Amino acid sequence: MSLIEFHLDSRSGVPTYLQLVQQVRHAVQLGILKPGDQLPTVKEVVTALTINPNTVLKAYGALEAEGLVEGRRGQGTFVASGAPAPVVDDPGAIRAALRRWLERARAAGFGDDAIAALVAEELRDESRRVA
Amino acid sequence: MTPALETHGLGRRYGSKWALRDCTLEIPRGSVTALVGPNGAGKTTLLRLAVGLARPSAGTVRVLGLEPRADAAELLPRIGFVAQEHPLFGSFTVAEMLRTGSKLNPTWDDEAARRRIAELDLPLDQKVKSLSGGQRAQVALTLALAKRPELLLLDEPVASLDPLARLEFLQSVLEVVSDGELTVVLSSHIVADLERVCDHLVILSVGRTQLAGSIEEILASHRLLTGPRDEAADVARTHEVLRESHVERQTTLLVRGGAHVYDSRWTVHELGLEEIVLAYLGQGSGRRRETVAS
Repeated sequence: MSLIEFHLDSRSGVPTYLQLVQQVRHAVQLGILKPGDQLPTVKEVVTALTINPNTVLKAYGALEAEGLVEGRRGQGTFVASGAPAPVVDDPGAIRAALRRWLERARAAGFGDDAIAALVAEELRDESRRVA
Repeated sequence: MTPALETHGLGRRYGSKWALRDCTLEIPRGSVTALVGPNGAGKTTLLRLAVGLARPSAGTVRVLGLEPRADAAELLPRIGFVAQEHPLFGSFTVAEMLRTGSKLNPTWDDEAARRRIAELDLPLDQKVKSLSGGQRAQVALTLALAKRPELLLLDEPVASLDPLARLEFLQSVLEVVSDGELTVVLSSHIVADLERVCDHLVILSVGRTQLAGSIEEILASHRLLTGPRDEAADVARTHEVLRESHVERQTTLLVRGGAHVYDSRWTVHELGLEEIVLAYLGQGSGRRRETVAS
């Protein structure tokens, strides 16, 4: 059985492969996936989500390029031994930084929609840089 | 490696009417390509030319580097083709259908075919005509896959299926793709699902290729721009405008490629695949410049 299960948000505007990348990163950050753990096989992901196998290969390739996972020929894709250990206090710091940023955005007159649009746009730009 | 499917100026005329015209495209191996367009756009004609069921009136078509009609004996065992409505012998049982397939195809993998039928819980002794639409589609797909084809051509495979059967059918196709070196070309007039399922797209409309390329590139090169109406002409000079609409003070342009718009009065929106496809289909039918009265 797979250790993690991917989910797709078709309305997020975030490309499918990037959603997979983010979910693996997230699982590693939270310690759900540990070094040596196997990611779902390409076929398992294809069956579960009815998506193009090349999309899964692209996501795993991007994760491998950033050193988070490693492909083992004929066996599958595994969380790399050098993957960063889960950081327990970091999410709090990131959240605090986000709160400060939100205050600035509010002061500049940004509404909820404008903020959501900004975040979505940044994520998309990032995905293009990764690609 | 030669492309799975390659056409240059390909055309097919029936009487005085062109069913497909000036079609130039290249479909890479290992891709899952959607052939999109309204009914009568030339999708079926293109697939029939690819398997040699029709002869080109103009231009060339090469499949896996071969000519469909001249090299039929070499090519046909290497391609699987499921025609629209999944034609099968209705009075045959599923088992008889498999036996027929094994007799007609030298490269038939009977074990794989029977395993698929068992996995799908299809009754071997039932007559094909008494199966549901989704089951018939799966039998047709099983027959096409049992040849172990390098290229699988599917003409409107999911058009007649309910949403669940559609999902299961696409799932089956994608699982085979993830197993190895299979190229898939599927025609469809339903755009939903395609963004997830396919990685390449060909848009046909009124018998011509409107757009062909990787879906990733297509999504990256199309934008919706909204800005002041009096500046629309400036933007149009640096972009290919596919659709425009105007209200009293604002203009909305659906554009392809081109330069950045640095003017902060213009807003740039990303587009979904469906919006892009619809823009091209609207263009083909001559509704290119639609203006919304203010």
